[in-house]
Amino acid sequence: MEVGRSIVRVDAFDKVTGRAKYTGDLIDRPVLEAAILHSTIANGWVKAMDISAAQALPGVVRVLTCFDAPDIQYPTPGHPWSVEKAHQDVADRKLLNRRVRIYGDDIAAVVARDALTAKKALALIRVEYETCPVVLEPREAMATGTPPIHEEYPDNVLRHTVSEIPLPPDSGFQCAQEVLDCPGYHAFSGHYETQQVQHCHIENPVSWAYMEGGRITVVTSTQIPHIVRRVTGQALGIPWGQIRVIKPYIGGGFGNKQEVLYEPLNAWLCTQVGGRAVRLELSREETFQNTRSRHPISFDVRAAVDQDGRLMARECVLVSNQGGYASHGHAIAANAVTGFRQTYLDQIAHRSEAYTVYTNRSSPGAMRGYGIPQANFALECMMEDIALEMGLDPIAFRVKNLMPLGYVDPLNGITCHSTGAAACVEKGRQWIGWDALREKYQNQTGPLRRGVGMAVFSYKTGVHPISLETASARIVLSQDGAVQLQLGATEIGQGGDTVFSQMAAQAIGIPTEDVRIVSTQDTDTAPFDTGAYASRQTYVTGHAIKKAGTLFRRKLLDYAGELFPGAEGLDIRDRTVMDGAGNTLITLADLAMEAFYSLSHSEPVTAEATAHVKDNTFSFGCCFAEIEVDIPVGKIRVLRMVNVHDSGTLINPALAEAQVHGGMSMGLGYALSEEMKFDPKTGRLLNGNLLDYKLPTAMDHPELAALFVETCDSSGPFGNKALGEPPSIPVAAAVRNALRHATGVAVNTLPLSPQRLVEEFWKGGLL
Amino acid sequence: MFDLASIYEAKSVSAAIRALEDDPSAVVIAGGTDVLIKVREGRLAGRRLISIHGLAELEGIALTPAGDVEIGPLATFRQVAESPVIEKTVPVLGEAVDQAGGPQLRAQGTIGGNVCNGITSADSASTLLALDARLRVRGPRGEREIPMAEWYRGAGKVNLAPYELLVKIVIPRENYEGYFGHYIKYAARNAMDIATLGVSCMVKLSGDRTAVEDVSLAFGVAGPVPLRVYGAEAAVRGLPVAEAADQIGPAALEEVSPRTSWRATKEFRIQLVRELSGRALREAARKGGAVL
Repeated sequence: MEVGRSIVRVDAFDKVTGRAKYTGDLIDRPVLEAAILHSTIANGWVKAMDISAAQALPGVVRVLTCFDAPDIQYPTPGHPWSVEKAHQDVADRKLLNRRVRIYGDDIAAVVARDALTAKKALALIRVEYETCPVVLEPREAMATGTPPIHEEYPDNVLRHTVSEIPLPPDSGFQCAQEVLDCPGYHAFSGHYETQQVQHCHIENPVSWAYMEGGRITVVTSTQIPHIVRRVTGQALGIPWGQIRVIKPYIGGGFGNKQEVLYEPLNAWLCTQVGGRAVRLELSREETFQNTRSRHPISFDVRAAVDQDGRLMARECVLVSNQGGYASHGHAIAANAVTGFRQTYLDQIAHRSEAYTVYTNRSSPGAMRGYGIPQANFALECMMEDIALEMGLDPIAFRVKNLMPLGYVDPLNGITCHSTGAAACVEKGRQWIGWDALREKYQNQTGPLRRGVGMAVFSYKTGVHPISLETASARIVLSQDGAVQLQLGATEIGQGGDTVFSQMAAQAIGIPTEDVRIVSTQDTDTAPFDTGAYASRQTYVTGHAIKKAGTLFRRKLLDYAGELFPGAEGLDIRDRTVMDGAGNTLITLADLAMEAFYSLSHSEPVTAEATAHVKDNTFSFGCCFAEIEVDIPVGKIRVLRMVNVHDSGTLINPALAEAQVHGGMSMGLGYALSEEMKFDPKTGRLLNGNLLDYKLPTAMDHPELAALFVETCDSSGPFGNKALGEPPSIPVAAAVRNALRHATGVAVNTLPLSPQRLVEEFWKGGLL
Repeated sequence: MFDLASIYEAKSVSAAIRALEDDPSAVVIAGGTDVLIKVREGRLAGRRLISIHGLAELEGIALTPAGDVEIGPLATFRQVAESPVIEKTVPVLGEAVDQAGGPQLRAQGTIGGNVCNGITSADSASTLLALDARLRVRGPRGEREIPMAEWYRGAGKVNLAPYELLVKIVIPRENYEGYFGHYIKYAARNAMDIATLGVSCMVKLSGDRTAVEDVSLAFGVAGPVPLRVYGAEAAVRGLPVAEAADQIGPAALEEVSPRTSWRATKEFRIQLVRELSGRALREAARKGGAVL
C-alpha cells in the first residue's frame, strides 16, 4: 500500500540542502527592478503627480503612474472562473489607482536598473491628493452619510445576505425568530469579535516577467498558476493564452497567494519597457500592508436550548470588514455563517445574516480556514458559555448536538459521508486528562491559575457546490518503467507533491519511489487545475490522479497482454507484470522499453484524465488546551495542547502530523498575540513588520500533539478528506475556554493579549 | 542592497576618532544590528559609515587586579552571556543580554552598541544602570568616565560627543560584590522581541539573609530612557525581604513615567511596574539565599 506510508517528502532533501529553486532563484537573464509608490493617505484621490525628478534619476528606465495604467477593473481572487455572470467575482481593482482606498494604495511604479535606484526614484515623485475621511470600521462605513469607497456600492456594503433553513413542517413555528423568543427554551445571546491577522509565509510575494515571441511569461510565487494566467489576461485586456505563468517551489502561501496579487502589474510593466525582464518583489512591510489577511469579523449570536441541552435554534449575524478592495468578495463571510451552522444540528431553525463591508483597511482575503477560524471562535465560545450558563457539561453538551452521520446541509446539500467527530473528542479528552483537570482546577486562588478548555470544528472539503471543482492529471511512462506525474495542482509547502506521488503509485500499483512528479507548473504544459486552496487538492486532484492512474495501469496491462497473448489475470506487483497464477511475465522496465521501441507497436504509454468532482464531505476535529494564567501581568502560558483530527484516511501520516503542528502554531498566534493594528487617524498599518506583529516564535510554543481518528470517507478518492486548513481552526476557542475555566473571566475578543487580559481582570475584579 | 554613501573601516580606535572628527555626521557601525535596520528604513539612508567592527582593543571581557569588571564595547551579547568573568561576578548581566533578539542577533549585536544607541528598551541598559556601571569614552583630547546615571540625555540620546567612542564598560567591584541580581524582560514573545518593560534589581541582603540591606532597581521602557527609582530603593532599604518586595512596586510608581502608545497603554505599563518590581526583588533575594 502506497497510501498510508509515512515516506519522506519527495522534495525534502532538495529543500534542506538549498537545491530547490524558488522564483527569485530562477532569473536567467538581465532583469530590471520594479518598485511601487504607495499612497500616504487612506481615502481620497490622486489629483496630480510630478514624476520629472524621478524620471531624470540616472538608472531609471520608466516611471508609470495611475494616469498611465489601463482603465480596466479586474477581479483578483483565486476562484475558478464562473461561466455565469451572476457568480463572477467582483472586479474592483486597477493596476494603479487614482482613487485611493487604503493607506499605501498602489499609485505609481518605477522600473529601474536596480532596486535601490527604483526606491530612490519613488522618493522623488511628488503627489497631490484630495483626501476623504478615513473609515476603518464597518459601523462607520455603513453609517448614513459616509461617502462610498466604491461608487458601485453607495452604502459601502459589498453584500448582505440572509438565510434560514426550512423549518420542520410540524414544528409549530413560522421562523427562527419565534423559536429564539420562545419562553420554553433557555435563551442565550453573545457577542464575539476576531481580529485581522496575516499569513506570514516566509517568501514574500515575488514575480518576474518577460516577453518572448510576442507573449508574456510571468514566473511567480503563487498557489494558483492557471488562475493567475486568466486574471493577468483580464487585467491587461489581452487573450488569456497570451500569458504564460510558471510556478516553481514557493515559500508558503496559506491563502495569500490564492489571490492574483502583483502578477498583472508586473506583466504590464514588462510590456512598458519593451518586454525586458522586470522583477517585482515585495518587502515584508509591503506584504503586510498591500497583500491579503484574515478578515476581522464581529458576531452577534443567539441560541434557544431545551432543558435536555438540545439546540432548538441558533442565529448568527456577522459583519465582516473587507477593507478597501473586494478580494474574495462575500464568499468568506458566507462561508463563515455556513460553517457556524454546520458543526451542530439545530432541531428546529437556524438563521444567518452576513454583511461584507468596505472600509479603508488593508484588504483581507483568503487565509487558511476561509472564515471558519472566525466563525469557530464565535461558535465555540458560545457553546462553552451556554453550557456554563445552563450548568451542562461542556463536552456532553457539544457531543449531544454534533452533526450526525448522513447530515445533509439543507441549503447547499453538502453531506456528512463519514464522521469521527465524537471519537476525536473522546480521544482528546483522554489525552489531556480532562475530567481530573476540570475537577482539580476548580476554585483556585492566587496570581497563577490553570485551566483546561476545548473546541470542536467541522470543515468541508473543496468548494463544491459553490464553485466548480475540476482537476486534471497526466501520467507519462519513462523508459525505465518509472513514471512522471504532471499536475496543475500545486505544491505550496504542504506536501502536495509527496501525497500526489503516493496516490499515483497506489492507483498504478508501483512503489512511490517510481513516481517522479513534475513540481513546477507551466500553464503552457501543465494539465488544468485551479490550484491549492480550500483543502481541496488531495480530494479533487486525488480523484484525477486515481482516474489517470487507473487508466495508465490498464494501458500497461493491455500492452503486456499483447506481448503475452493468452496470459490471464494480469497484475502489477513488485515492478513486474504477473499473471493470475503468480508467474512473472515481464518487468515494467522491459515492458517500457518494448512500448517505446517496439518495431511492431510503439506506444510510449501516457494517460490523462480530468475529474469534475460534484461532491463534498466534512472533516472534523477538536483542540484541547491546558494553560496557566499569570493574572497580574496578563500572560497565558499554554502548557499542553493536542489537536485530534478526522480527515478520513491519511495518505501520509507523518506529513499529516506535521501539517497539524503548523496549523496549531498558526492557531496559537491567532489566539494569543497576532493582530494587525491601524492608526485610527491616518489608517496606516502600525505594526506591519515581524518585530511589531507578534507571530509566536519556537520558544512561545508548548509541545504540540497531533492525533487522528481515521475514518474512510466514501466520497474521497482514497477515503481521504480535508486536512490542510482545519488544524488552525479550533485553537483560539480552546485557549479562550481554558482561560474561562482558569479565571472565570470570559474574554470574547481576540487576541487574548496581555493588556486585554489585564483590562478584563480589572473589570472582573481579579486585580 | 543598502543605501550607503560610504563605509570607512577604521584600523584603530584613534583612526576611528580622527575620522569622526573629520566628519561628525558620520555614523559609527559595530555589529550593525541597529544601524543597518535604520539604513534600510531610511532613517540613516545615504549616510557615511565608520566601522569599528573587529577592533581588538574594543573587544574582550576581563577582571582587573582590583576586581573591577571591564567589558569591551564590541563584546557581543553572546560573548557577554557566555563569559566566565560575567558569570562569576555579575551573572544577571549575562542573563539579561541573553534575552536580546535571537541567536543570530546575539552573535552579532554588541553590548556597546546597545548602550550607545540610547534606546529605553535595550536589554543590557537597566542592569548596567542598576549596577551603576561606568562608561569610559575616548575623544581627541583623551578619556573621561561617565556613570550610567549620567549617561542618558533623552530618547535615543546619550552623553557622547560626535567624535567620542565608548571604549570600556566598567563595573566597579563595590557595585557588584555581595549583590545578587535579577532581570525580567516582559515582552509579548519569549524570543525575537523588544521589552514592553525591562526590570532589573540588585539586592544585598543582611547577614542573616532576612532583610534588604541595599537595593537598586532600574527599568527600561518605564520612561523615554532607562531609569532608576532611587526613592523606592530608599523606601525599602532595611525592610524584611517579603515586605520590601511588596512595597517596592507601588513605591516605584511615583518615579516612573510610562506613556500610552499603540504598543501598550500607560495603565498597563504601570501595572507591570507595580507587579514586576517586587518579583525582580524577590527573585534576586532568592538567588542570594533568602528564604521566601
